[in-house]
Amino acid sequence: MEEKRPIIRLDHVTKRYGDNTVVRNVNLDIYEGEFFTMLGSSGCGKTTTLRMIAGFEELSEGNIYLENEDVGNMPPYKRNVNTVFQSYALFPHMNVYKNVAFGLVEKKMKKEEIHEKVTEILNLVQLSGFEKRMPSQMSGGQKQRVAIARALVNNPKVLLLDEPLGALDLKLRKQMQLELKHLQQQLGITFVYVTHDQEEALTMSDRIAIMNNGVFEQIGTAKEIYEHPKTKFVADFIGESNVFEANVSEVKEDGSLKLIMEYGDMEAYGDGFEQNEIVYASIRPESVKCSLEPVNGFNIRGMVKEHIYIGSIIRTTIELPNGQLVKKCAQPDDDFKPVGSLVYLHWSPDKTVVMHTNEDKLYDLIDAGE
Amino acid sequence: MEKKKKKWRLNKNFLPGLAMVGPTGLWMIAFMLLPLIYVIAISFMTKGLFGGVVWTPTLKNYQDIINPVYGKVCLKSLKIALLTTLFSLLVSYPFAYALSKVKKRWKSICMLLIMVPFWINGLLRLNGWVTIFRETGPLNTLLTKLGLPALNFMYTETAIVFGMVYTFMPFMVLPIHTSISKLDSTLLEAASDLGATKLHTFLRVILPLTFPGIFAGSIQVFIPSLGAFFISDIMGGGNTMLLGNLIKNQYLNARNWPSGAAFSVLLIVFTLVVMQIYTRLGGDMDEMV
Repeated sequence: MEEKRPIIRLDHVTKRYGDNTVVRNVNLDIYEGEFFTMLGSSGCGKTTTLRMIAGFEELSEGNIYLENEDVGNMPPYKRNVNTVFQSYALFPHMNVYKNVAFGLVEKKMKKEEIHEKVTEILNLVQLSGFEKRMPSQMSGGQKQRVAIARALVNNPKVLLLDEPLGALDLKLRKQMQLELKHLQQQLGITFVYVTHDQEEALTMSDRIAIMNNGVFEQIGTAKEIYEHPKTKFVADFIGESNVFEANVSEVKEDGSLKLIMEYGDMEAYGDGFEQNEIVYASIRPESVKCSLEPVNGFNIRGMVKEHIYIGSIIRTTIELPNGQLVKKCAQPDDDFKPVGSLVYLHWSPDKTVVMHTNEDKLYDLIDAGE
Repeated sequence: MEKKKKKWRLNKNFLPGLAMVGPTGLWMIAFMLLPLIYVIAISFMTKGLFGGVVWTPTLKNYQDIINPVYGKVCLKSLKIALLTTLFSLLVSYPFAYALSKVKKRWKSICMLLIMVPFWINGLLRLNGWVTIFRETGPLNTLLTKLGLPALNFMYTETAIVFGMVYTFMPFMVLPIHTSISKLDSTLLEAASDLGATKLHTFLRVILPLTFPGIFAGSIQVFIPSLGAFFISDIMGGGNTMLLGNLIKNQYLNARNWPSGAAFSVLLIVFTLVVMQIYTRLGGDMDEMV
């Protein structure tokens, strides 16, 4: 992997509103040229984190560095980052040209130079010919492009995007996702993107940070996060998961674990687990298989409760004796068992993701830069 | 067939419509339209020997207006109205801005502080100022005691402007406050994000976006200060003759109703011209709160 240079560094950043801690002691490096997404449900602190990078919120504790320069107490207008707001925040009294030129005028650039840059960037976002339009005369998608152009024209070190596609309809949103991704690759500018839409995050990002309750639960590529969630929250939040609470009954030499659950037991792989530790074991629905005979290493019995056909795949719900429902999805002709069948669930042990339940231990891991 | 149906529908809406608009309409006709027509009509009539109106048409009242003495009165009225507007704006804008920034509880208290004086008669309040500012009033007593020169403030044009600013300021504060409250705070963040300092954000974003409020407030201060007569009577001690005083004098002292009516029409025309300029420049009558 190529040498990566952090362009933004959050150093033990904490934000409190009164007694309410919104962002807790966050450490984070964002590398130059990457598309970095902060993903989480509303109120998890992702927007607050972004606003602290932009300079709209003061830090309660910690510091922020932009290219090794301490910007923690710098007002927004001095930071070389620009923001695309969810509500676009276009100046309603200025036409498209003046909106886009706003930052350049502040930089006291020459008129010809401004004209050149604005024309170029409007061309890039496919809005040539819209210079004289007022924001009120434009559609949501067009306004969004103006907002992006207005930020990018300043050639920022980092572009911050706060749920920029939230107000667009689904089709347009998909289109803009691709355009944004291409734009980012073309310009090589670091994008820090905030969204609550996991699909959006998975589609666009180089790295994703899953945020929950003011901390990053996990930071990694889409693949890492999907295939190896580190916490129960991440497993639940990204895609669908079956999560079982289990006890580690045996840690074998080859690193495989024997897990015992309330109803049944399974095999899995995992490092750093101790015997008799209570863990969460997570398995994606598409990995779940069922058979009429027990499979070596697994002993989970259940009853097929329901099938739902969704075109090319079939979603099956299997009920365990304790009432827990297990989700399974597969091709229709793949190990199909009729409703009411008693089946044995199994899967390839390396598809199981084992996670600690002890939260303190987990945060230590994150702090250690895991 | 269809036509008949339509007509019947119109009739159906007519009675409820009349019931809603009717009373206000009647009120406006009786106390607004008819008096206005009456004023315009008598402005073209002759003055009776002992006051009153003789119904002989004439243009004399309007010819009299051209008299340079009256021209001076008009100019002075305009000047004082403009100064009043300017100073009201300078005082009100920061106040309205601060008002939109304070916490809700303080906001209602501040609003109350603006509105409460309205519940007290304006003459009384102005006379309060006279008491404070007059030559031997408490202010001058204090200044003398401190060894400072006494203020000779009362009965000057400055005093009139002061009185007018004091009286009409709420009309400036409220529309500006409305305008500032409507301002989307993310726009200010956006400006700051794009490199604008606080001053530039104010000049390039806040000021242009609150211009409708400034405009509406200015009109609402300018128009009444053109016609107000009691303020210049009290604060100016009758030394300064404004358009409003002139009209009052013509009606009540000279008992020359037709002449007073002609000046009234002039004032109405002034007002209409200002309103016209306002709407032509893109002002919205709804902004006037």
